[in-house]
Amino acid sequence: MGEFDQHLLTIITFFPLVTALGLMATSILAKLLGADGLPASLWKPIALASSILTFLLSLRLFAVFDPLETGFQLVEHAPWIPEYGIQYFVGIDGISLLMVLLTTFLMPIILLASWNDISKSLRNYLFFMLSLETGMLGAFVSLNLFQFYVFWEAMLVPMYFIIGVWGGPRRVYAAVKFFLFTMVGSLLMLLAMLVLYYLNFDQTGVLNFDLVAPPGGEMGGLLQTVVPVDGIWWKTQTWLFAAFALAFAIKVPMFPLHTWLPDAHVEAPTSGSVVLAGVLLKMGTYGFLRFAIPLFPSAAVEFTPLMMTLSVIGIVYGSLVAMVQSDIKKLVAYSSVAHLGFVMLGIFALNVHGLTGGVLQMVNHGLSTGALFILVGMLYERRHTRQIADFGGEARPMPVFAACFGVVTMSSIGLPMLNGFVGEFLILVGTFLAAPIFAIIATSGVVLAAAYMLWMFRRVMFGPVDNPENRGLIDLGLREKVVMLSLLIPIIWIGVYPNPLLRRIEPSVIELIRQLEVRRGVVEVETEVAPEVDSEAAPEAEAEPEAKTETAKPDAPDSALPDEAEERL
Amino acid sequence: MVDVGTESDLLRWIPLLPLLVAAYHGISIGVLRRPTVPRVAAIFSCAAVLLSFVLACIALRDLLALPPDSRMLVDDIYTWIGAGIGSRALSAEVSFQLDPLSAVMTLVVTFVGSMIHIYSIGYMEDDHRDDKGTQRFFCYLNLFTFSMLVLVLGDNLVLMFLGWEGVGLCSYLLIGFWYSDSWNAYCGSKAFIVNRIGDFGFLIGLFLLFNALSEIGHPAVSFAGIQAHFDGIVEMTIAVPAWMPFAPEWQLVNVIGLCFFLGACGKSAQIPLYVWLPDAMAGPTPVSALIHAATMVTAGVYMVCRLSFLYAAAPEASAVIAWTGAITALVAATIAITQNDIKKVLAYSTVSQLGYMFLAAGCGGYTAAIFHLGTHAFFKGLLFLAAGAVILAMHHEQDMRKMGGLWRRLRMTRWVFFAGVYAIAGFPPFSGFFSKDEILVAAWASHVPGHTWLYGIGMLTAGLTAFYMFRLWYLTFCGESRVPSDVLSHVKDPNGFVVNPLWVLAFFSVTAGLVGLPQIWGDLIGIEESNSLANFLKPVFAAGEPHHIAHSTEYWMAFWAVAIALSGTALAWLLYIKKPGVPDRIAATLSGLYRTLLNKYYIDELYDAVIVRPLVVFSDRVLYRIVDAGVIDGIGANGTAYGIRAVAANGLKYAQSGLAQNYIFFMIVGAVAIVGYLLR
Repeated sequence: MGEFDQHLLTIITFFPLVTALGLMATSILAKLLGADGLPASLWKPIALASSILTFLLSLRLFAVFDPLETGFQLVEHAPWIPEYGIQYFVGIDGISLLMVLLTTFLMPIILLASWNDISKSLRNYLFFMLSLETGMLGAFVSLNLFQFYVFWEAMLVPMYFIIGVWGGPRRVYAAVKFFLFTMVGSLLMLLAMLVLYYLNFDQTGVLNFDLVAPPGGEMGGLLQTVVPVDGIWWKTQTWLFAAFALAFAIKVPMFPLHTWLPDAHVEAPTSGSVVLAGVLLKMGTYGFLRFAIPLFPSAAVEFTPLMMTLSVIGIVYGSLVAMVQSDIKKLVAYSSVAHLGFVMLGIFALNVHGLTGGVLQMVNHGLSTGALFILVGMLYERRHTRQIADFGGEARPMPVFAACFGVVTMSSIGLPMLNGFVGEFLILVGTFLAAPIFAIIATSGVVLAAAYMLWMFRRVMFGPVDNPENRGLIDLGLREKVVMLSLLIPIIWIGVYPNPLLRRIEPSVIELIRQLEVRRGVVEVETEVAPEVDSEAAPEAEAEPEAKTETAKPDAPDSALPDEAEERL
Repeated sequence: MVDVGTESDLLRWIPLLPLLVAAYHGISIGVLRRPTVPRVAAIFSCAAVLLSFVLACIALRDLLALPPDSRMLVDDIYTWIGAGIGSRALSAEVSFQLDPLSAVMTLVVTFVGSMIHIYSIGYMEDDHRDDKGTQRFFCYLNLFTFSMLVLVLGDNLVLMFLGWEGVGLCSYLLIGFWYSDSWNAYCGSKAFIVNRIGDFGFLIGLFLLFNALSEIGHPAVSFAGIQAHFDGIVEMTIAVPAWMPFAPEWQLVNVIGLCFFLGACGKSAQIPLYVWLPDAMAGPTPVSALIHAATMVTAGVYMVCRLSFLYAAAPEASAVIAWTGAITALVAATIAITQNDIKKVLAYSTVSQLGYMFLAAGCGGYTAAIFHLGTHAFFKGLLFLAAGAVILAMHHEQDMRKMGGLWRRLRMTRWVFFAGVYAIAGFPPFSGFFSKDEILVAAWASHVPGHTWLYGIGMLTAGLTAFYMFRLWYLTFCGESRVPSDVLSHVKDPNGFVVNPLWVLAFFSVTAGLVGLPQIWGDLIGIEESNSLANFLKPVFAAGEPHHIAHSTEYWMAFWAVAIALSGTALAWLLYIKKPGVPDRIAATLSGLYRTLLNKYYIDELYDAVIVRPLVVFSDRVLYRIVDAGVIDGIGANGTAYGIRAVAANGLKYAQSGLAQNYIFFMIVGAVAIVGYLLR
């Protein structure tokens, strides 16, 4: 691997921030020197070029990523505050790879989509957007818990300002609500992190925040920490999991912690909504996958019924509430609650189908809901209203818009051949294998999704053009077409041929499950004999003939699976 | 074991050709905004479907060249969705298979499809609405053909579901084709959402099946794989709570069968999900013919037949299918006799005929179901298209009360229309006679509880069918003309694009019955193995054929079927030709019954009042306003905020009293507590 590839992750992560700082620095310098500085007309192109370059770099990442390897790749490790075990430690597996790609892919689109949106203090806006990108990327690639926390909190600030400064009429309320909700969870998580940190210190005698052993390092990371599950009321693992889960569940958001989301979405500018729905919410689900579940496996299993129940409630509740919204953006926001419910359901199915589907659905939701928010933004730009009742018959003046809107709506409904179906289907299969009742209830979300999306689509796009204000609306321009097309291509591509993504997700997911089993086995030896321990103890003998009778998938990932025959998978 | 079948790269092109043309249309109108000349666009579409038909014929030839027991062509392209390993490996391939059942369906879809495509050229040229778009129309139509072909050619349930949803999407798009009319758009959404309820059943059935198969270590979603390991799950049961019916356990295959049947109910418009089909008539008439008569709505029947091995092992589920089919057939027929819109009559007739097919499938007469599916595609497609010709001639008038006496004006349409009416009414030797007879025989001979009743309902429906079809015929073509004279003078046969496909379909409506000529008639004219359709399909439906009954009984049944059709016809003649005032008087006397029928038993209103509106009100008032805004936000979030502020304002501020003795007191208390803890 070349020198460049070794630092690829760092370059990708910090490139937007460097651009942002550069933009700020030039204008401050210019002010100090009394010069003109960079002309304002160049700011947006520079920001866009930077984000496109970041995306191209992450395509390189996609290319050098080896889907057959299960561990973290492209790892980089450097001391930061080594006395306290705080290191700069980045690396990706299949899950974070997709999240990084999603982030870098959406960012140029967002900048392009909101090209004419922002007029006030453009430079600050671009600064916040780009530093937000660094914050999100940093959180996705961090393998040091402390470093993750820094990025996690760092994301909050730009987002807070984007909503609070460039938002709608109730922007301050929404921004504060967003900030406080997230903060409450974050602080508890910080506390839990410290407890875990000292627990690890007690066991190893070393202060360490690294999640896994760094390359060449001797002792394991936090993932090796034995977190006690016993105790009368102080079950350490349960409480720590609960603290992490709360932080992430707020971010997802899971029912009943979701009320900040509709407010934030409605008030945020289009770009803010897209980042929020497209990437920021994934931070919550990603946190479960990367931290909460692997660190506290027994507690995660213990919490599964609760998490599944909340997810299913989220699906049904989100859909039902979406059905009665009069504001398109609010409708999409509540549909996010439902969709994220699907993701969480898949994750807590804790099997390959569910987890793979969940990760894929994170990407899908980013694409389709992001696209929906952009489309709503386009409507808003033209009509300055988002009330469904103000629209009608838009398909007539805006046929290209209608076509794009139609495809995205169908993707959100989960129509086969478009991306949403693949994720939803895998999630439902996985959930059914784990807990059929939940899957059955969740499947009803499929019906409800069609009801609320089509209801909205019909009211907005079809019917006679009654309102004279809707008559002269201009169809999509070239810029908007480029935006929509670049979103539609992956939407269709994932729907038709999801394999390139699936085979990058699956090994990581299998590794996750394997780790879960091993760690639960280790932890639970004294307290109870979990059924999984048995299957873990003698997997080879009974499972080996199984593998032969199965028609193995023709594709590559199977050959690389660590435990091809593991029964529970 | 799993029969792999013979490789054939040809198959993929059958669905792919229409898709490519649809994509071309979509890109040129949706992205580039450079529409092709309408006639050229239409010719592309027709050529694609015709070519698919030719390919299907070639594939059929290849299929027939194989020995009867291994007639299976496969075309495996790539893995679509794959996840999991070991006994839970899910692998949904994009892979097509052509066995006799798929072959029949493919031929019907591509052949009737091409006729309707050609017809559409003429029909859509007459479209003068402001939201017209020939290329958009053909784009949807081709996309539909693609989806339908995927549905019938897919070799696994997931791919079938792709087609299943694809046809639903196209149905949605085409019903609401003239979207500037809110009603059309409403009908489209209704169709999609009601179908989604069915899809819910489909998905649950799929999950149950996959789960069960993975429990026995043979996960599969392909039909061949499911069938190969099906024996292992026949005996499985699901434990259910005691308060549920038939507790404590349900047989798994019955549950799976019922779930899939719910899907079929949605797509094929059976009770309780039939409500969308009559409204679907809001779409252009070629759409009604192609999607809502000949092909898409038969997808449910196809699915039941495709899973015949499952239903053969699930007697209770089969009985439910048979009874649902029979009741739907009867109910829809009773509604049809009161409708005045020419397309509505045909729509209810379609629901009724689909009920017939399910009656057959539920009774184990899968061949009969497919036979009727095929003949129905011809004569109902024909009837819709001919009705479309009438509607064109009448300048988009669909109310039969404003027609009459068109016999003299539509000199070509009348013949083809009559062929369709004659065929559906079930008079020999037209196709409907043979296929309907097969179904009645299957019902009679089956072991479904109450099968004689099923036969009776079938016979009654046959009489009603003859009655309402001839009612339609008399009201439209015979008697005094009720057409305004200024319109009447312009009424003439439409152009060649419209009329020529009608002749082709009429020819097949008359003769298609010979493909599946029952043996009793073959014996009469001395042909052995006369039922070539049944022989062709035999390997697919190895299980669950009904027992044979004596030939003399079959002759009697045929006789009675003709007799009841004749009496239906005679009654229609009596009421609408001989004494045209009588129907109104009957309607006046039995006004309650009449209005119930006219308003379709108020099912739509019932669903609206019982399901839709309460759900919306509940979501709005309770979930959104009370739970979301009131409890979570009001009490939870904002309440906490106010609470903290209140505590700070009313309590904590007194702690900050500024009195040194207070501070010292608290310091000492704190110090004691700490020391106490350390010394514990």
